[in-house]
Amino acid sequence: MSDKPVTFTIDGVEITAKAGQTILQAADDAGIYIPRLCYHPSLPPGGHCRLCTVKINGRPASSCTFPADEGLVVENDTEELNDHRRRIVEMLFVEGNHYCPTCEHSGNCELQAMAYRLGLLAPTLPYFRCERELDASHKDVYVDRDRCILCGRCARASREVDHKVVFGFEGRGVHKRISVDAPHNLGETNLAAADKAAEVCPTGCIMLKRKGFAIPVGQRKYDHEPIGSEIERSRSAK
Amino acid sequence: MATAADTGKRKIVINPVTRVEGHGKVTIHIDAAGNVEQARFHIIEFRGFERFVQGRFYWEAPVMVQRLCGICPVSHHLCAAKATDVIVGADKLTPAAEKIRRLMHYGQTFQSHALHFFHLASPDLLFGFDAPVEKRNVIGVIQAYPDVAKQAVLMRKYGQEVIKATAGKKIHGTGAIPGGVNKPLSIEERDFLLKDADTMVQWSVEGLALCKKITKAGGQTLLEFGSFPSNHLSIVREDGCMDLYDGKLRAKDADGNIIFDQVAPADYLKYIGEEVRPWSYMKFPFIRSLGKENGWYRVGPLARVNNCDFIDTPLAEQERQEFMALGGGKPINATMAYHWARMIETLHSAEKIRELLNDPDLQSEDLVVAGEKRPEGIAIIEAPRGTLFHHYEVNNQTDQITRANLIVSTTNNNEAMNRAVNVVAKQYLEGKEITEGLLNHVEVGIRAYDPCLSCATHALGKMRLQVQLVGPDGEVVDEKLRG
Repeated sequence: MSDKPVTFTIDGVEITAKAGQTILQAADDAGIYIPRLCYHPSLPPGGHCRLCTVKINGRPASSCTFPADEGLVVENDTEELNDHRRRIVEMLFVEGNHYCPTCEHSGNCELQAMAYRLGLLAPTLPYFRCERELDASHKDVYVDRDRCILCGRCARASREVDHKVVFGFEGRGVHKRISVDAPHNLGETNLAAADKAAEVCPTGCIMLKRKGFAIPVGQRKYDHEPIGSEIERSRSAK
Repeated sequence: MATAADTGKRKIVINPVTRVEGHGKVTIHIDAAGNVEQARFHIIEFRGFERFVQGRFYWEAPVMVQRLCGICPVSHHLCAAKATDVIVGADKLTPAAEKIRRLMHYGQTFQSHALHFFHLASPDLLFGFDAPVEKRNVIGVIQAYPDVAKQAVLMRKYGQEVIKATAGKKIHGTGAIPGGVNKPLSIEERDFLLKDADTMVQWSVEGLALCKKITKAGGQTLLEFGSFPSNHLSIVREDGCMDLYDGKLRAKDADGNIIFDQVAPADYLKYIGEEVRPWSYMKFPFIRSLGKENGWYRVGPLARVNNCDFIDTPLAEQERQEFMALGGGKPINATMAYHWARMIETLHSAEKIRELLNDPDLQSEDLVVAGEKRPEGIAIIEAPRGTLFHHYEVNNQTDQITRANLIVSTTNNNEAMNRAVNVVAKQYLEGKEITEGLLNHVEVGIRAYDPCLSCATHALGKMRLQVQLVGPDGEVVDEKLRG
């Protein structure tokens, strides 16, 4: 990782990264949006979802973990990479049980918004129709695992920001799931509604209770513009 | 073993009659002499929403259960929201919240009634029950009565715009939340709707006039078509006024005597029972004090106009008085009178929309209240097709729904629709060669109740129809298929 500013290109656009930035962070500052789901600006990168994969000097790598460096040639918004991203999002949809029509996070959901941005109209892969648990035991927060995409934001937020270990992973492969640090359920943990871990879920998996549909249609985050527009706007303003 | 040819018995199956939030069919058994032995309207689809919502959170119910239907989702949305009001202890909503919900509901009733009368029922009424199928459809109406058809489309559009302004979307919105609503009506939205409010009232008057003209021209034949005496159930306001959004239960018998009145929604189970019959997935509700045999009733526009003492909008009240005069003040029991009553409600809804749009409360930001939580919520609303019950039990520790019971309008009209099928079959099919036109009479009888099923049967004028001649041993002797 460079300790000095470096210059490199993304899709032919020359940008300068501050010392220590990853490619994704430098791209954000430059107003270039690289699709992502597990990345959150307040948390250390996880590199789980692979949606932010770009080609660096011709080789694929996750931009949220790859340090920016002098002279790198990065490809981002290409047909090939966007095809891969669309397929990843499609797999996330069919692996879980994502019932957008009745989900209270619809319109604010990053997974849904990413599908719209990438032009995923309907899955072509078969649904897993898996059994996932709903944990409603906590008085202020619920975990609806139907909607989990295993991004790990909750685990990182709990550990790094809240300095707790409320969430973690357990199981492997298709059996991998978000677990809680308690014998039975979330209600037994020391999670508080104000914790970062209860705020960072990109989907409707970890949600504060009793908020429901308080935000009307038309005022939700992605009602009027695609995900990533905020970052792209900063570039057009430059 | 006897065969159909031996006994001469026949079983006519109309399948599917339509989509009644699922799938419905009619079976008619005719004996050797050509007499109708039995006629039934079956709902053969299982819905399961009462099970889907178990384990889900109570605040999800208004958005989740409205997916029961794409025609009157607002009714389910609002009824569930009213039940969750009880759960969150919101005993009295803010004026803004109550009025915005009412506006949403009248928009819904307006568009649903307009859709039914003009698009679905009017082909029968304008061209005749056995007119050629090529003509007896909405395209035929557009060709023969272009002005009526255009008004019908724009009335429906207007109702949908009212819903969008209040619920956020034209179909399956999210406006009503536990204890209130999630947005006020903006000045822009108000002005957009207000500019056409007078026109909608005027077109409703004209639509009602058309309905009355057709009904009067049909005379005794139309009056007797599929008719039978019945009890009538609806909610009414405390002073007996028609109220489609909120009120207490009133039931009248065929002569207009009160069976019960001002029954609170929470007490509905003490007064209404539900019978299960093995041949239908739809239950048969009945008034407990009268028993299963005699306790069945009608709901919907006819029951509501019959049941109320007055309507609190002037034009609709004038029309109600004219309508009720036909029965000398006693309830009207003619099946085809549903259309007339429906158009009175269309006018009432248009008047209410205009009145509400002029109310400054709709711009208030005071939208949600809450109180002490309860483990149970019961609510009743008058959906376009009739009385709708939503009942939820909730685990207050986890906020999850543990049990739900929904009695939907079409269910309330179940026995009445079966009676209509029976009466029409006896009136028109006995001793005759069965033709498509005659079978349509059966559908006209069902269609009057607007049980969500008219759409599939009528929209393109060619309902999918399967008629089977079945022997007593189940052997299909003859079959005709169309559609």
